[in-house]
Amino acid sequence: MNKRIPHLDLDENLVREARKLAKDVTDDVQRFIDVKSTTSVERTVVRLYGIDGIDAEDVPLPNVIVDDVKNGGGLDRGVAYWIANGCIAKSMMPQELAEAVGRREFSLMDLPPQNEGLVAEKIDEMTKSAIEHITEIRETRDRMLEELGDPPQPYLYVIVATGNIYEDVVQARAAVKEGADIVAVIRSTAQSLLDYVPYGATTEGYGGTYATQENFKIMRAALDEVQQEVGRYVRLTNYASGLCMPEITAMGALEGLDFLLNDSMYGILFRNINMIRTFVDQYTSRLISAYSHITINTGEDNYIKTSDPIDRAHTVTTSQLINEQFALKSYMKPEYMGIGHAFEIDPDVTNGLLYEIAHAMLTRELFPQATPKYMPPTRHMTGNIFKGYAMNSLYNLVSIMTGQSIQLLGMLTEAIHTPFLQDRYLAISNAKYVFNNAKDIGNEIVFKSDGFIQKRANEVLENAVKLLEHVKAVGLISAIEEGTFGDISRKRDEGKGGDGVFTKGEDYYNPILEAIIEELRGESV
Amino acid sequence: MNVKKVDLSRIKPYGDQMDDGAVQLSFTLPVSNGPRAREAARQLVNSMGFSEVQIVFSEDLSDDFTFFIVYGKTEKFVDYNSIKAIGVESPKMNMEQVDEYISTNIGHPIIVVGATIGTDAHTVGLDSILNMKGFHGDSGLERYRMFEVYNLGSQIAPTELAKKVREVNANVVLVSQVVTQRNIHIKHLTELVDVLEAEGLRDRVLLIAGGPRITHELAVELGYDAGFGAGTMPSDVASYIASEVAKKLL
Repeated sequence: MNKRIPHLDLDENLVREARKLAKDVTDDVQRFIDVKSTTSVERTVVRLYGIDGIDAEDVPLPNVIVDDVKNGGGLDRGVAYWIANGCIAKSMMPQELAEAVGRREFSLMDLPPQNEGLVAEKIDEMTKSAIEHITEIRETRDRMLEELGDPPQPYLYVIVATGNIYEDVVQARAAVKEGADIVAVIRSTAQSLLDYVPYGATTEGYGGTYATQENFKIMRAALDEVQQEVGRYVRLTNYASGLCMPEITAMGALEGLDFLLNDSMYGILFRNINMIRTFVDQYTSRLISAYSHITINTGEDNYIKTSDPIDRAHTVTTSQLINEQFALKSYMKPEYMGIGHAFEIDPDVTNGLLYEIAHAMLTRELFPQATPKYMPPTRHMTGNIFKGYAMNSLYNLVSIMTGQSIQLLGMLTEAIHTPFLQDRYLAISNAKYVFNNAKDIGNEIVFKSDGFIQKRANEVLENAVKLLEHVKAVGLISAIEEGTFGDISRKRDEGKGGDGVFTKGEDYYNPILEAIIEELRGESV
Repeated sequence: MNVKKVDLSRIKPYGDQMDDGAVQLSFTLPVSNGPRAREAARQLVNSMGFSEVQIVFSEDLSDDFTFFIVYGKTEKFVDYNSIKAIGVESPKMNMEQVDEYISTNIGHPIIVVGATIGTDAHTVGLDSILNMKGFHGDSGLERYRMFEVYNLGSQIAPTELAKKVREVNANVVLVSQVVTQRNIHIKHLTELVDVLEAEGLRDRVLLIAGGPRITHELAVELGYDAGFGAGTMPSDVASYIASEVAKKLL
């Protein structure tokens, strides 16, 4: 990686203290997570067993199966058992079984219990094949990355957002030829609150396309083609967030996605999704990402889009530390943690750039092994495209100086429209210019020990520790109720999707997650 | 030296001297770069009515697209004297003045319900108008003594919004629309007017739309009382609400 970054003297005791507090905070939540599952976690299991498609009323088969088991009162056992039992009873493959249930031929719950040994064998067989399948995809991606070569950091990350996946392909190809390393397909804004994953290709989406397995497949195929032409690996991003977070992660694992936006608290705060649902879902989601070598991108940039980026900088740090601990609980390696932050300070603030450098350095220094995701100015982009272009240049300069890993390129037309082809080109030119022109600047910089930047970074860290002490004292759930993050308050029993959370029964069994955990745990020792 | 003065009956773009008509344009054509592409761009800009067209920059975006930066001169002009603009007209007051104005002229706090509606998940605009913190040092409506604010947040169904309006007996409804792909914002905004009308609430409230692509003209056309676009400060909205609600009471 060879990052040439300047050094920040952080109080090491404070850094240790911050991590310890974040760990305590998440340990507390993990106790809730461990005893719960959700309808979307179960649908994830269904998908990984190879079940896909829709019934005559366009209901996705994973929903059909999980609803069938739920309505029959069997969900607290986990869906895996019922599928295996059904496969034995009907002598069918999982997909055939799901299609038959979709035609309302029978309910899985009405089938007589089969010989326990046979069911256990069936579960092992299905699980083994599911794990082998995603392992093979992971290995293919890893091999491609090695063969084609990993581009230098910061990676140039662009967005396509036409609402038509085929048009997105045209724009993505153009962006890659111009130099983009990562393409994110913007997801339709309404999807986060859908309690199912839509099926098939999107040609007329609003505010983006749906995250569907078919859309993933189409874009991955297009990027696989163009990456051969340009001779470097191109990463594909989508959004594992909302009510179907873990299902989307499973689809990402199946279709070879590289990055997924995945925050531990974003859905709770900004989409009003029930918090237990979110915490349980993100755990499964991160286990799959960790297994499939998918880099998660956390969403701390959002906090300072709604609250003040200077006054509330420590909430970003706090959330980063919490996201890190949740990721570690899913055995995720630091290199797959795209810890989020953003360049959002009001451009009229005197010495705003020094604050930005201090905050960016703090993120880099706190997470030396991670791949921080840096987000561009958005809230102070006014429609003055010329000023916006200048702001993006400073943003790029801070990134190369402080050794960020993932650079979501700022668009000069932010706040006007979804990017035109030329907007993306101008953004890439800007980043390439700055990254090349100031390539080793980080190597040359020493921050004054009593200077503004050192002091500011330590001040933010101190405030984060204070906040974490408070969060630990009241518990993360109560802290969210108090409106600690993003100045938004959410109550534990409220929010969408709460009805999909259930307590695991004594005979609950999620063989896929157990297999994943076993393997990740083995790697981590 | 003799400097040409502006003639308001025929104003034109000013580049470096009065009435030169200089305009800068940039666009992409779906062909690869080269002399033929540049000539195509020149002719295109010519056909738009520009003269002295200069293609100052052209570059391949990929195999099949070229980006151009072009300067041209226009002969067109407008008569400024005859121009009428529809804009929100209200006295500009700061927070203290607005609070004072409401106390004196209305006598009780004004109840404001705000939301982004439909599929729109972006609350940046709404929050900068309503949240305490406001925008650019201009406090949001929540900080005003004489506003009682209910910020419902994002992705609110029009019927849900109407329910809240009835529940809290709102005087003002503020909706923000940011995502504008395929003009979805217009559909959402119209839907809300229909719902409020169907529920008999439309006449009871001051209905305001906001967002980067919203203009007052568009908002009025869609059945709103006012529209606020990019660059709007919380105090602009506050001043307008105060004076309009006072007028309504008279």
